[in-house]
This record gives sequence, structure tokens and C-alpha cells, in this order.
Amino acid sequence: MIPEPKELRTEEMLLNMGPQHPSTHGVLRLVVKLAGEEVLDVVPHIGYLHTGFEKTMENRTYHQNITYTPRMDYLHSFAHDLAYALSVEKLLGAEVPERARVIRVILNELSRIASHLIFVATGLLDLGALTPFFYAFREREAILDLFEWVSGQRFHHNYIRIGGLREDLPEEFVPELKKFLDTFDHRVDDYQGLFVGSPIFEGRARGVGVISAEDAIAYGLTGGSLRASGVNYDVRKAYPYCDYETYDFEVPLGERGDTWDRMVVRLEEMRQSARIIRQGLERLEPGPIRDPNPHFSFPPRELLATSMEAVIYHFKLATEGFEVPPGEVYVPTESARGELGYYIVADGGSMPYRVKVRAPSFFNLQALPVAARGQFFQDLVAILASLDPVMGDVDR
Amino acid sequence: MIGALFVTAVKALVLILALLFAFAYITWIMRRGLARFQVRLGPNRVGPFGLLQPIADAVKAIFKEDITVAQADRLLYWLAPLLAFTFALAAFAVIPVGPDGWVVANLDMGVLYVFAASELAIYGVFLAGWASGSKYPLMGGLRSIAALVGYELALGMAILPVVLMAGTLNLQEIVEWQKQHGYFIVYQLPAFLIYFIASLAEMSRTPFDFAEAEQELVAGFHTEYSSTKFVAFYIAELLHWIVGSALIATLFLGGWDAPFGLPEIPVLWLFVKWALFIFLVLWIWASWFRTRYDQMIRFAWGVLLPAATVWFLITAYYVVKGGMA
Repeated sequence: MIPEPKELRTEEMLLNMGPQHPSTHGVLRLVVKLAGEEVLDVVPHIGYLHTGFEKTMENRTYHQNITYTPRMDYLHSFAHDLAYALSVEKLLGAEVPERARVIRVILNELSRIASHLIFVATGLLDLGALTPFFYAFREREAILDLFEWVSGQRFHHNYIRIGGLREDLPEEFVPELKKFLDTFDHRVDDYQGLFVGSPIFEGRARGVGVISAEDAIAYGLTGGSLRASGVNYDVRKAYPYCDYETYDFEVPLGERGDTWDRMVVRLEEMRQSARIIRQGLERLEPGPIRDPNPHFSFPPRELLATSMEAVIYHFKLATEGFEVPPGEVYVPTESARGELGYYIVADGGSMPYRVKVRAPSFFNLQALPVAARGQFFQDLVAILASLDPVMGDVDR
Repeated sequence: MIGALFVTAVKALVLILALLFAFAYITWIMRRGLARFQVRLGPNRVGPFGLLQPIADAVKAIFKEDITVAQADRLLYWLAPLLAFTFALAAFAVIPVGPDGWVVANLDMGVLYVFAASELAIYGVFLAGWASGSKYPLMGGLRSIAALVGYELALGMAILPVVLMAGTLNLQEIVEWQKQHGYFIVYQLPAFLIYFIASLAEMSRTPFDFAEAEQELVAGFHTEYSSTKFVAFYIAELLHWIVGSALIATLFLGGWDAPFGLPEIPVLWLFVKWALFIFLVLWIWASWFRTRYDQMIRFAWGVLLPAATVWFLITAYYVVKGGMA
């Protein structure tokens, strides 16, 4: 007689992942409940990168705040500058000149490409592919050099001003940008060749971490993560700003909402961004780059020597800033991660009464448990990467 | 008797030193080679072309603080790197580097010995995961056992046709057979492909390197190891790569035999063929993704094992009918 085998005693394992972990994209902490290698539940714990920027911004003038905005989403930092400026400009009723709007679009799309490059690089790294990481960084390096040319900074540009831009583009910028665009489309094809169609990648990403369109909407997903689920919502199309409605570009959509779709949608978005930049370059005509309204724009430097009035305005703007009429405003924009907007309450003073950022990473991260439940632990990091959270954007 | 023992001991010593030297320089080749695939330079600061980098790495690693986790099972925690290291090194003893005497141990069941030694090395990995008293290493250790269950049968099955055709388990005789009749990669291409794929898993290289998947498991089974114990694991891991590549070269590419009628020089030709496989594995490492371990097991049991079995039967039929043996 063979004795009946005793039932094997098994336990669920609670695994703490992060805040120090190679692939939690900064300082995210996940508490993962595992049955063997199967993920039963994931609880994201956030707040390790909380900086209190929103609160700090209440005690700084409207112009000073531009220092803080890019530091939230350090990958697509230009989007934060732009979203903030658009909100304040709407309250002020500022008129941004044509040239400034075009430059803003060009730089915003460049910054989006840089951000998506990081996304593809780290996303594939989380699936165990080492090489694409270095290739993508080569392209990103070129973009950061362009930004350095424009603003003197690679990450936190501080280039946008309320009502326009800090200064005009340097001479070298346009030819260098054209040089970059010449090779870029070809390079994106290369990246696509590195993973799309590879059976191992298909096996790791197809049908993994599915978020249905209903779930995506219910959890407030926006950006590439939402569009991968097949929902056509791009703020640049739905609520255009900076004349995006006049640019000709497509919004790539996924079908299944799995990791594969989220990867490929963003790859395609890079191509569309390059398309927008090309159109922007054609529209680039010489002209003013700032609203000349002296109440919030610094007077031209040369006037300071001849005009007393200019000196007074300069002094007022530099010391106490400008006053913004009371009101509330929210201008949605499309960052690389999704809908981004600054909700600003102005009380008539030179500092905002309250600033609240609608940060896309925060909402996108909410969907992680939905996507990861029932998946393998090995896929969890890939799913997390495919949602593209930036912790600075989540915690603020 | 004493004399023979002495000769063997000297041979073993030379081999161990050569292997450890090879190990040191394979880290250099690995890092420089990967860098070439990845549009960067790799280590080139320490010595000419960065050639002294392995020494600098070793000195750095050894002088790190040796930490034992409080919850670790001390005996096993200490034993694991030793096991991994010893068996990885031991496997090379039967691989012939030249004709006749150019082998440490000319065993009649050499193939079985290599298998036994390299599979025992898994104990090092598994015990490390178990004894660390930590969750990430535990998962790494379990994955390596799961992988073993997956690739082991396919690996063994793929080698049987070679043994059948050569009619021997002695690696020296297998090489001699190939010297006379031509290399097994010609006769046994399917077996070669299956064996190569399975041995990627055995060497725990991309795409089957999930036991130490940095992205999920931090460093897998050796997360909690530091200093010399870490170095032992690191050496063991690369020795697997070295031994695995040498074994493929011996089994399927004629080992030390000089190809195309070129002059016969011991060590050299095995080295050339070995380097070929080292490069191939590096290439795969630079270009592919990591599979999920359940996918790998499904692939091993669903594709590799049946294919190997069918090919084994075909070979057996041919050998019996054609009287090749």
C-alpha cells in the first residue's frame, strides 16, 4: 500500500520591492503578494520622492515657479513648464506670439521624444535586453545637446517665460535639429527591429498586463497607457493648445491594452512627434518671442539705459513679480505620460493662492494592481515599466 | 603509481591556473565585447586596452566587507559558493585539449562525468538561495531548480545520438572518431542545435538567465553574498560558460582536431573553437530578451525534448541499419 500523499503546505509570500530596487523606476515601493511566482496582489506605496513643490509654489512669484515645474517630471520636463505657463497666461490673458508658439511646440515634441526614448530603453532593459538601452541613450544625448544649445540646461530648461520665451533660438539650433531629424526616423525603425517581432518579446509582452478600455477610463489613465487600450484621447487633439490643431499628425492606438501595445504605441508616437517638429520648422518665421505687455514681460535690455519707465517695470518685476487677476484656471496638456494640467487659484497677488498639478504618472500608476494581478512576478517589472511612471511626477 | 598521480596532479594544477586565467580574461572579453555591441568603449583605463581591469576588479571584490546575513543558515551559506566553484572547475578535468596525454583524466564515462559535475554545481546555486534567509535569493534558487528540470532532459537526450554514433562515452575517443569521420555538427546538426539551446540554459546565459535576473530579483541567488564568496559565485558562473562552450566544441566541432588539414597544435584548435562559442553566447546576450522561466520549461519539455527524442530514434535506426558504429 502506498500511503496517501499528505497535502503540501503552501504559503503566500509577501515581498517588499523597493524603494531601493533596480527596476522600480526611482523610489517606488511595491508590496507584492506572491503565490510562488504568481502575483496575487500589488500595493504601490508612494511618497518617497515627495518634495512639496505644490505647497512651495504658493510662496513664490509666478515667474519663480518656473524653477520648480520641470523638476516634477524630469524626463519630459518641458511639458510641465508649458502646462504651467499656459495656465498662468490664460489667467493673465497674455498673447503669446506666433514664433514663440511654434518654438514651444518644437521643443515640447523634442522633449517628448527624449522621454519616450528613456521609456523604450528602460522598458526593454526590464525585459532583459541590454543593448537597446545604449542605442536609445545615444539619440537622447543628441536631444539633450539641442536643449543645452537653446537654454543652457539639459534637464531643467527654465526657458519658458509667462507670455513667451526667455530668448530666441541660437543660430546653430535649426541646422543641428535638421541633422538630428535626418537620421531619427531611420533610428526608430532600428529600435523597432530590435524588439518587435522577436518571439521572446512577443511571449513576454503579448497578452501580459492587460488593461481593458473600461478599466483604463475608470482608473483615470491617460496618455500612451490609455491609448494602448484603444481609447482615442489625446489632449493635443481633444483640447488643442499652442495651435496643435493646425499640425498634421496621427494618434496611434493599441488594440488589447497589453505591455506590447503600450510599448509600440509610444514608439509610433516618437515618429509622429518627429513629424510635428518638421512641420514646426517650416513655420518658423522671424518675429517676437514674447508678449510685449510690460506688466508681466521684462522690458528689452537696451531700453533700461534710456527709459525710466522701463527701469521701474524691471525693478517691480524682479522684486515682487507681477499680479495676476483673481480666478481659477486649468489648462489640460498632453505630456509624454498623459494629461497634465496645472490647476491654479489666483487671489490677485503676485503668488498663486493654490497650485494643484494633475500629474498623469500618479493616475497611471493606480492601474498597476489591475494589470499585474494574476501575472508572473517576472512580468511585473515589465508591466510597471510599460505604464511609464516618473516618481517625481507621482509624488510631487 | 605515484608517478602517474604526480603527473595528473601537475596537469590538474596547470589546468586550474589556465582556467582561472581564462576566467579573468573572459570578464575582460565579456565587458569589452558587450561594449562593442552597445556603441560604447568598455573598460579601457586600467592598463593597455584595460587589460589589467580583471585584476583591479578582483582586488576590489575581495577587499569588500564579508557579510553574513543574520538569518542565514551559516553552514550552507558558507558551503554553497564552494560547491558551485568546485564543481564548475571539476567539470573541465575530462575535456581533452590535445591528443593522447593532453587531458587530466581520460575517463571512459567522461560524458557522464561532465554532466554529473555541472549538474552538481546547481546545488551551489540552490543552496545559496535557500541558505541566504532572504526572499530574492530564494526565488532565484527555486528558478534555477525549475530550469534544471526543464533543460536537463533535453540536454541529455541531445547528447545520446553523438554517443551512439561514436560508440563511446570517452570524450577523447569521441574526438578521435570525429578526426576520422568528420565532425558531428555535420552528422548531428539537429542534436547540435538542441544541445546548444539547452546548454544556454545550463550555463544560465541569455535568454535563460532568470535565476539572477537583475531586473526582478536584484541579483538572484547571490544577492546576499559579498567579498570572496561573491567572487566564488562569479567565477563559477563564468566557468560554466567556459566549460559549456568547450564541451560543445569537443562534442560537435571536433575538439582539439585541426580543421581543414591545418597543422596540429595541442590546445590551440580547441581554444579557437571554444572562442567561437564564447563569442556566439556573447552575441546572443547582447541581442536577446530574457524568457520567462515557465516559458522556458514549456519550450524545453514541449519542443526540445520531443525533437531530441525523435532525432535520437532516427540516429539509432541509422546506426543499427547502417552499422556506422
